[in-house]
Amino acid sequence: MTDTALTRPGAAGKRFDLGGFIRQYGVLIIIGVMLVSLSLLSPSFLTPRNLLNILNQSTPLFIIACALTLVIIGGGFDLSTGAIFGVASVSAAWIAINVDPLAAILLAPVIGLVLGSINGIIVTAFNVHSFLVTLATSLVYRGMAILISDGKLIPVRIAEFAWLGRSKIELVNVAVIVMFGFMLLMMFVLNRTTLGRAIFAVGGNEEAALLSGIRTNLVKIITFAISGGAAGLAGVITVSRLSMGEPQAGTGLEFEAIAAVILGGTSIMGGAGAIWRSMAGVLLMALIGNGFNILNVNPFFKDLTTGVIIVLAVALAATGNRR
Amino acid sequence: MTTPRPAVQVRGLAKSFGGTRILDNINVDIEAGTVHALIGENGAGKSSLGKIVGGYYTPDEGEVEILGTRVTRFSPRDALGLGVAMIHQELQLAPELNVVQNVFLGRESARAGILVRGDMERFEALERTCDFGIDPLAKVASLRIAERQKVEIMRAIARDAQIIIMDEPTSSLTEDEAERLHDVIRRLKAQGKTVIYVSHFLDHILAHCDRVTVMRDGRVVRTSPIAGETKKSLVDSMLGQEADILWPALPPPPESSVRPVAQLRNVSTNTGLSDISLVVRPGEIVGLIGLVGSGRTEVARAMFGADPITGGEYLIDGKPRQHRLTVRQAIAEGVALVPEDRRKQGLVLTQTTRPNVSLGTLKAISGMGILNHRIEVQRTREMIAHFGIVPGAVDGRVARYSGGNQQKVLLSKWAVAKPKLLILDEPSRGVDIGARRRIHDFIVDMASQGVGVLLISSELEEVINLSHRCYLLSEGRIFAEEPAGQLTVESALHSVFLEQNSHRNRQEVAS
Repeated sequence: MTDTALTRPGAAGKRFDLGGFIRQYGVLIIIGVMLVSLSLLSPSFLTPRNLLNILNQSTPLFIIACALTLVIIGGGFDLSTGAIFGVASVSAAWIAINVDPLAAILLAPVIGLVLGSINGIIVTAFNVHSFLVTLATSLVYRGMAILISDGKLIPVRIAEFAWLGRSKIELVNVAVIVMFGFMLLMMFVLNRTTLGRAIFAVGGNEEAALLSGIRTNLVKIITFAISGGAAGLAGVITVSRLSMGEPQAGTGLEFEAIAAVILGGTSIMGGAGAIWRSMAGVLLMALIGNGFNILNVNPFFKDLTTGVIIVLAVALAATGNRR
Repeated sequence: MTTPRPAVQVRGLAKSFGGTRILDNINVDIEAGTVHALIGENGAGKSSLGKIVGGYYTPDEGEVEILGTRVTRFSPRDALGLGVAMIHQELQLAPELNVVQNVFLGRESARAGILVRGDMERFEALERTCDFGIDPLAKVASLRIAERQKVEIMRAIARDAQIIIMDEPTSSLTEDEAERLHDVIRRLKAQGKTVIYVSHFLDHILAHCDRVTVMRDGRVVRTSPIAGETKKSLVDSMLGQEADILWPALPPPPESSVRPVAQLRNVSTNTGLSDISLVVRPGEIVGLIGLVGSGRTEVARAMFGADPITGGEYLIDGKPRQHRLTVRQAIAEGVALVPEDRRKQGLVLTQTTRPNVSLGTLKAISGMGILNHRIEVQRTREMIAHFGIVPGAVDGRVARYSGGNQQKVLLSKWAVAKPKLLILDEPSRGVDIGARRRIHDFIVDMASQGVGVLLISSELEEVINLSHRCYLLSEGRIFAEEPAGQLTVESALHSVFLEQNSHRNRQEVAS
């Protein structure tokens, strides 16, 4: 109640609030520190080639984390993105071989969209927490991926199909361009559309949203559909890159995406957050991985380090909520 | 002159948040065995002072003595150890546990950490002092706010608190419930306990407190005995200027031949309403009077499409409805509802002023789903100026605003919708005097622009003075309709109680 005073205009608080700044932009500060120290430690780090490579390798995670941000801001949780990624992977491979490579690229996100919508419909129709629903559907979808592929890898060696994952325009990978396009689209949706507003409202205070005439269930379904669609898109990019459809592809990806969103500083409670935060979260995780590579550190420490950084980031953010 | 030993002694207290001083050189003595009121506008620092005594905040400067012991560590736990318990505006109970479990939370009858019988007996002993009549086995989640508050008070007494701080205890109670709370306070006082009573309700303070400390802008204006104070003298000190408690003049009521903007005909719902018939005409302010649970809020929700109407007819602008009314349709028809709980039902506190103002009318400021940023900002600015919202930032953090300013943001949300029917459920609950006056002006202003207003408030004085006509409710039915000019607080309360008792009697006879 009383910290109204913090925002009172003309108050004595004109002084620069360092603690608040660190809590707000902590992830960017850590990224900055990593960039500087990695470039000092290794001459091969700060090259366009290496930096683009980092982005390119993380493209699937960028896309999934981006869409997951909408789900989490909307007060939901999606544990099925890894499994949808797997379904997209094997169906894209199958369609590319048996139907048409271009159709595969276009249909994989649609398949993801449908599976995501199913998540959303179950969540809203039965009013079950999305954590439970997507935990269950992730098993179902993973099973589907295994059924579609008969449990085997599906090799796809088609040049027109590999284009999405492998080719470059000038120096930049097509996949990276697709990723940036998707990111800009999501930013636009979240910040400039009525849907974005509704997502924030549903996650921040569902009852208030309902009493403001927002179709809260529809909004939730849309966020899950977008998340599924993104997993589908990420899946097809990966198949196209590896020339291989894999039923177990994307295992654990859902946790990496959630970790990135949290690391970026989006509130797990819903109602607040930003796309750029999740992007920063993915980038930070990618930099840690890259740092281990170029410094030749034992990769066994990579997950450990990432985990510790997440705990520190979350703890730092939480100190701001305490008095 | 000898003064009794103070229960709480505060010397030179100061506290800042984020560089802003919210308490400055506070000196107060609170005598043992008295009911001591803390009053002031929102932001004056009365809640913060209460929270320091209750151990929730640590002061930057100054000292606090409780029953002669100087406080060295500020935490609710240490405060409790010294005999201070605080009862909050937002109650702090475990909703899934029952009443007894909550009352003895952390103090269960146990031997070596294993729960044993005995809590029920202790509860009954407590109940003999309190006489609240709460079902000890009821789950707290199923209790009304007034009852939860009683649980909190019992919890404080169970912990043997000598000093009980009550932060806005009556803000969510009806007049009769507040009366019962005051009986409890009287009993606590008779037992030698000290009560610190933080409130906006000057009538309650004048009737039930012994001494009062008036605060303004983080400082103590004065501490004086309540005898000799009047509402006006208190308000003058709070505002720092001469002030009159005035009700704005109402516009003339519309002719009864004017077509109602909203009409209910024998409406019933499964939220407990039966046979409700009422009309609201354009330019008219209609009040709903009843105890909590009488169905006031349910009428509002049914008219807004939030609860389905199961029987009877609801006409908006003379048109009967064929299908179930949804909130979306109600809004499209020009109905607006400012709900009673602004933090839970009204505002999205994770968001700033601008999106909160826009939330009910996103369509009006967008094309093909894309928001028009310029128009939105402009509209928000207009509302901030119109209501005098402070802080005046378009993207101010509403979660940190005072109650009055939060309420103004919520009113802005529906003011921009330009409604035909505006339903206000407790529009001035928990707001300071300045904001309250602005809200009253807004209500009258809407009516003079031809908006039909349905006003619900637990504060009878407010409904009676701001309405043209009132409906009296009890047990989900309207039992009387009166021109507001013919009602007084006493007469309205009297008939509401009489009706409730006779209804109970009838039920008893029937069964």
